[in-house]
Amino acid sequence: MVSGGSDSNSHLFLPQSLTTSFQSCLPHNIFLNVWGDGINCWQALSQSDGRWRYSSNNPESSTFAAGIALEALSGVVSLASSEIDQFMIGAVKNDIVKLFDSIEKYDDGTFYFDEKLVNMREQQGPLATTSSVVRGLTAFSSVITESLNLPGDKILGIAKFFLGIGIPGDTKNFFDQVDLLACLENNRVSIPLILSLPSTVISLTKKDSLKVKVNTVLGSHAPPLTVTLVRAFSSSARDNSIIENQELKFDPQDAVYFLDDLPASFDVGEYIFVFKMLVQDSEQQTVYATGTLTQVPIYVTGLIKIENAKIAVLDSDLGSVETQKKLDLAGESTVSVSANHLQKLRLSFQMSTPLGNAFKPHQAFLRLRHETKVEHTFVVGSSGKKFEITLDFLGLVEKFFYLSGRYDIQLTVGDAVMENSLLREIGYVELDLPEPPENASRPPPQPVDPYTRYGPKAEITHIFRAPEKRPPEELSLAFLVLTILPLFGFIIGLLRLGVNLKNFPTSAVPATFAVIFHLGIAAVLLLYVLFWLKLDLFTTLKTLCFLGVFLMVVGHRTLSHLASASAKLKSA
Amino acid sequence: MYQRERERERERDYREEMARSTGKDAQALFHSLRSAYAATPTTLKIIDLYMGFAVFTALIQVVYMAIVGSFPFNSFLSGVLSCVGTAILAVCLRIQVNKDNKEFKDLPPERAFADFVLCNLVLHLVIMNFLG
Repeated sequence: MVSGGSDSNSHLFLPQSLTTSFQSCLPHNIFLNVWGDGINCWQALSQSDGRWRYSSNNPESSTFAAGIALEALSGVVSLASSEIDQFMIGAVKNDIVKLFDSIEKYDDGTFYFDEKLVNMREQQGPLATTSSVVRGLTAFSSVITESLNLPGDKILGIAKFFLGIGIPGDTKNFFDQVDLLACLENNRVSIPLILSLPSTVISLTKKDSLKVKVNTVLGSHAPPLTVTLVRAFSSSARDNSIIENQELKFDPQDAVYFLDDLPASFDVGEYIFVFKMLVQDSEQQTVYATGTLTQVPIYVTGLIKIENAKIAVLDSDLGSVETQKKLDLAGESTVSVSANHLQKLRLSFQMSTPLGNAFKPHQAFLRLRHETKVEHTFVVGSSGKKFEITLDFLGLVEKFFYLSGRYDIQLTVGDAVMENSLLREIGYVELDLPEPPENASRPPPQPVDPYTRYGPKAEITHIFRAPEKRPPEELSLAFLVLTILPLFGFIIGLLRLGVNLKNFPTSAVPATFAVIFHLGIAAVLLLYVLFWLKLDLFTTLKTLCFLGVFLMVVGHRTLSHLASASAKLKSA
Repeated sequence: MYQRERERERERDYREEMARSTGKDAQALFHSLRSAYAATPTTLKIIDLYMGFAVFTALIQVVYMAIVGSFPFNSFLSGVLSCVGTAILAVCLRIQVNKDNKEFKDLPPERAFADFVLCNLVLHLVIMNFLG
């Protein structure tokens, strides 16, 4: 808090709210040293250009620090009101005036303070700096008895700067903005008054009247003023002012100043209105900052007459009209014409303002779009009120990529001050162009509807292979029987040869083996039949392994017995 | 002129005689073959009969295919090849069993028969797999 040493003077900077609260709860005589310390600080840290340093160690001076210092000094002054030295107050006032010499400005009349420090790690931006300075000076001006003589237009410029930045994204900046506007709302230096228009567009058809509002920075009511429309001129003819020195009437219900009727000579277009406001009570004129002149751009809109619209097909050589059709641009009807490459197409219409003057819109385009979505755009030229475009197809054949067929015609006429801007499909023209030569350029590929490319495709129905023609069942059965027949022939032949089973072993054990051998072969053949009917190869092979091994053992036994028997017979 | 006629007659007679003699020769050849065949042992005759049966079955299958077309070609092949394969195995058996064959003098016919059975079983496994 308060300390006697000179090296800790930086601790003296208390916010004013805190000093006020201390003042209210503690007795007065404790703060006898406050004034002395305050003077010490001022002498040590304030600079000649109105800025302050942050501490005695830091040689850099800062405007932001000046704002904080002023706020603290105002607290000091309010705490030690009996010890105030008027000389010092005057010196501080001069410092403030000098501080305002470093104010910066933009061309549109806004003012702000900015820092240009080199060594500081945290550079305060213009919002924080200006906010701190205004906070300081409004606090200081509220505790001293005399008034600070600061130029009112700079205060108004600061207010306009902070009103013109919109809503800052940073919370600190937003706080600085709102805090500054709150300080300026009701301060003892000068209260800025802001002139604004609820609507800058006046419609001649709706017979709008010009309305002007004057408020303080946070929207509170202003004192009674005289608002004058000094000059109103068209932005294209700045020297010629249409209205001069027209005072606006005040409507107490809506708290707006208005001009009842625009003079009849107001045509559609862009204008600049220049306003001046003056506080009616002459004593209060120093309290408020009204600025000098305020320029506001105004748009006057109305219905533009479009008439005599027609489309014609002309012969190229002679220029004679072959077909001519009237167009109704206000309605919905369409026309159709046809032309070949030897002819010309001419579209013409007339436009005029409500007062009958010539009007040149921002956009007057004619667009021809082919069936394949290839488009060509042309600008409709004008001379005075007459608008005309002639398309000579002989020269445009190559530009149109030699595409014959139906071209949709679209007319666009638009302007900011035109209330009946139009974008209309007028109809179509059947164009017959010659065949493209070998090296003609192809039209550019048109963007593909993404749904056709990425959407679901047509369903593919699989066409199964037609089954082969099978023979009739009876034929197959007949041949089955025929195939079995040779087997019977074989058996009959065997019988005719006189085969016998004499060599079949008769004694018990070999006989069993022989029987099992034959059964084993039969089992294998049966396994093959099962394999064909329903088994798979793996189970078949597994079973075959077992059967095969068994069969080999049995067969070996049987056949070796037979072999030994016949060998015995041979030797005997 | 008379001489030319006589020459032609002599040519005709000669041709007739040749025909008769070839006919007689064919008949004589056929007879000799039959009698020679009757001398073969019964076992070989059984094998020959078996071969004939297999080839005949194959022929019937080929005729059937010629009539109806070869749609399940794998079936046709497996059918024909089973017959042909078993006929070939029978030929091998006949060669090995024939006593007049000096090469296989030491091979006991039972062993040849066992080989015949084994090879047939393998052949028929493959055939059944291919039959489909």
